[in-house]
Amino acid sequence: MMTSTKQAAPFKALVTWLREALREPEQFTLSYAAESSAFVRFNHAKVRQAGQVQQASVGLKLINEGRHADLDITLSGDPSVDTQRLAEGLQQLRDTLPLLPPDPYLLLNYNGWQSQNVQDHPLPDTEHVVTQIAQAAEGLDLVGFYAAGPISRGFASSSGAFGWHQANSFNFDFSLFHANGQAVKASYAGHDWSDEGFAKRFAQAREQLEHLGRPLRTLPPGQYRAYLAPAALEEIIGMLCWGGFSAQSIASKSSPLQKLYGGDQSFSPLVSLDEKVSGSLSPAFSGEGYPRSDLGLIVAGKAGAQLVGSRSAAEYGLTANGAGGGESPSALNMAAGSLPDSEILRQLGTGLYISNLWYLNFSDQPAARLTGMTRFATFWVENGEIQAPVSTMRFDDSAYSLLGSQLEALTADRELLLSASTYSQRATASAWLPGALVSRLTLTL
Amino acid sequence: MFDFHPQLKQRFAALRTGAEFFSVRYVREAGQYLSVRKNVAEPPSLSRDEGAMLTVRVNGVETYAATNDLSQQGLQTALDRAEQQARHLKPHALLDLRDQPVSSARADYLSPHLDQPFPSLSDCYQLLGAESAAVPKDERLVNWQVSIGITEVEQIYLNSAGAELRQAQRFVYPSLDVTAYDGHDSQTRTLGRENFGQQGGFDVISRCGLIGAGPKIAEQALQLLLAPNTPQGPRDLLLMPDQMMLQIHESIGHPLELDRILGDERNYAGTSFVKASDFGHLQYGSELLNVTFDPDIPEQLASYGHDDDGSAASKQFLIRQGRLIRPLGGALSQFRAGMDGVANSRACSWNRPPIDRMANLNIEPGDQPLEQLIGGIENGILMSTNRSWSIDDARNKFQFGCEWGQLIENGELKGVVKNPNYRAISAQFWKSLRAVGDVSTFKVLGTPNCGKGEPNQVIRVGHASPACVFSQVDVFGGDA
Repeated sequence: MMTSTKQAAPFKALVTWLREALREPEQFTLSYAAESSAFVRFNHAKVRQAGQVQQASVGLKLINEGRHADLDITLSGDPSVDTQRLAEGLQQLRDTLPLLPPDPYLLLNYNGWQSQNVQDHPLPDTEHVVTQIAQAAEGLDLVGFYAAGPISRGFASSSGAFGWHQANSFNFDFSLFHANGQAVKASYAGHDWSDEGFAKRFAQAREQLEHLGRPLRTLPPGQYRAYLAPAALEEIIGMLCWGGFSAQSIASKSSPLQKLYGGDQSFSPLVSLDEKVSGSLSPAFSGEGYPRSDLGLIVAGKAGAQLVGSRSAAEYGLTANGAGGGESPSALNMAAGSLPDSEILRQLGTGLYISNLWYLNFSDQPAARLTGMTRFATFWVENGEIQAPVSTMRFDDSAYSLLGSQLEALTADRELLLSASTYSQRATASAWLPGALVSRLTLTL
Repeated sequence: MFDFHPQLKQRFAALRTGAEFFSVRYVREAGQYLSVRKNVAEPPSLSRDEGAMLTVRVNGVETYAATNDLSQQGLQTALDRAEQQARHLKPHALLDLRDQPVSSARADYLSPHLDQPFPSLSDCYQLLGAESAAVPKDERLVNWQVSIGITEVEQIYLNSAGAELRQAQRFVYPSLDVTAYDGHDSQTRTLGRENFGQQGGFDVISRCGLIGAGPKIAEQALQLLLAPNTPQGPRDLLLMPDQMMLQIHESIGHPLELDRILGDERNYAGTSFVKASDFGHLQYGSELLNVTFDPDIPEQLASYGHDDDGSAASKQFLIRQGRLIRPLGGALSQFRAGMDGVANSRACSWNRPPIDRMANLNIEPGDQPLEQLIGGIENGILMSTNRSWSIDDARNKFQFGCEWGQLIENGELKGVVKNPNYRAISAQFWKSLRAVGDVSTFKVLGTPNCGKGEPNQVIRVGHASPACVFSQVDVFGGDA
């Protein structure tokens, strides 16, 4: 594995080459993404599929007199090959720009900002991790996925900006299945693998598994009190992030939170949600070259800041605040409430304890009405005591109800949920979330 | 085309390994996304991607190493890493693949019209600009966008058993969407978007109907804004092909994936309400239901000659006259389960390993034209163009939503309704299929966005379907 200085060197070399190759009045931005990943899938507590992936790419934007175009190029790791690819890419963009009209919404950041964040804590050998998992899961039906390795992100511009973000991380996302088909979901993730830490997390999941052996309860559709654990709440908040805070979505009326931002709806005053970049796992700069700010997206139930990319800033007369292309949050931080974990079941009384939700979508997007399924470790609770696991149920309810009129309490303790997503590349998104006690959740099927 | 083939072949021949079997799958992809939003051309988004996945089998254990370094040394290093990992993991491996047969096929596969150049970037922007400008001026039309996505992919697969498979394909995704807003509610109407992807050239844009569609799509968005909500209650449901594709995908395709049935996806994409023992016995739907895995419709998004493990693809019935026959399982899943399957072992790119995926999963046409389907409904609703999808992890309880609804009363189409949603259970829903449209209602559609697997993969799938009628489905509208 390369050291931190060496990891940035190939990117710096490309930036140097590009600066020299530029012809006045051309400008550029160059983003960089690389990772070296170990991937191990488990089924029935054995290794189902394992491998390693090494990948690196740059995103080149060439700008010339108001015209611009973007090109993503996969790098090879060989400096001469990569310089050649960048040269060919530059030429492709030079050939493309004259075919385009000037872009009225081009907004460049001329600030020569500098940012560096390197975390190179050593990761364990994959073989060691596999042995630990195999030992812990002996006699259990474990299904899961381990992903680990270094991730690098970079940015540079012809205005002198330069950002480098590098972090080693691992994420073991797993489920333990009971013989009756019920399952509990858990994860062990971070920078610093500890055999003791993993054993503790695994034991917690195993303890929950024992509750799943009780006879399954099937509920009729209707309205129920419910506790949504942080992972379940993350699914609801995640849906609202589908354009919810995006300046373009809000302006073009496709945001699920358009009524919140229009002042027609609000959440409970208990709800405050920030995009908190500082101290998060994600880079402190966006792929288009703006430093990212900490933002209050929902403040005591009311609309706060929007996520504004440069294009939206130019189109709607806003100030860019480092949002990426999709203007979605990636470092969520929700304010804690006052409900102690030890009081959750007692406060719930009789109702549903929901560990996870699954496959949410909108029933009516402008109304922020959502549907989705329970999945993994959902329990029926009576008089503050877990009675039985509950068969899979569908809910259909408005976010303004769940996080508004029906929200009774948020927990005092929060959980840090690290994204296990690996579409195209390993995600760096995270969320600090409490659990939520709601007085009415509508189940429909 | 296939410029890298001679070098790759030479480098593959020079690789050294102690593995009993090894392969390389090289992928080169070039992408182009062009868009005009509210009459403003957005900057083109272009991409060039290239890499290879090496797979080894050592003592029956298979592992992979994907690399962006295509030099002789880069490929050898990846192969060595994979081999070393296979040896280390032997005590923990789920599968012993020593007896699994491997492909030795040699063939080429090309998309239709690949020899015809796609219109230039200037011509594309001109077309997109003209369609955007054709959206009428109305202050309630707050957003509209016209776009074309083009992806060209070359793949070369070589293995130590002599297989040599080459594919060159071009995928085209035309799209138009318009959003109307009245100060309270907003409604969006789309054409194409992620529903209409096909292989081919400019012919795909013509077939999609993008040219000249702006005024009609805008008018429909305004109609939806004025429409009442969909009424609640059981009704006969006429689903048009651009909703049938989602219905097939979620409640036939995913539950029939053999790797889900074998438990691989239980931690992520989920399991299945279908059991391995159901094949050959289970009455999945009414006798009108005929479902095929069909890689032979040239323009369909996931037509190909061989899958990514080198298995030859051919048309197979998965469900015939409602009876479940065959799963969606590639060579590895077939070996594990001892069942026949289809050639659907697919990877989204060079940096992800093949797993069981849908490819082209279609419903065969029936015998009724659209007028007859509508004429046979006393109290029903037509729904068109998917916009919302949600289904449980066993692929049974679902709720889907569409953009466009139209009531049907006494065999006639009536007023437009907004926010049409319906919910049901897969194991029961397909048994309520009571009429299937003929070839005049049959459309070849597809999406680039099917997600599954760990590591996650998003892949192209094709779905062709006629319009279909289902009896007494629970439908409902929205809040706004």
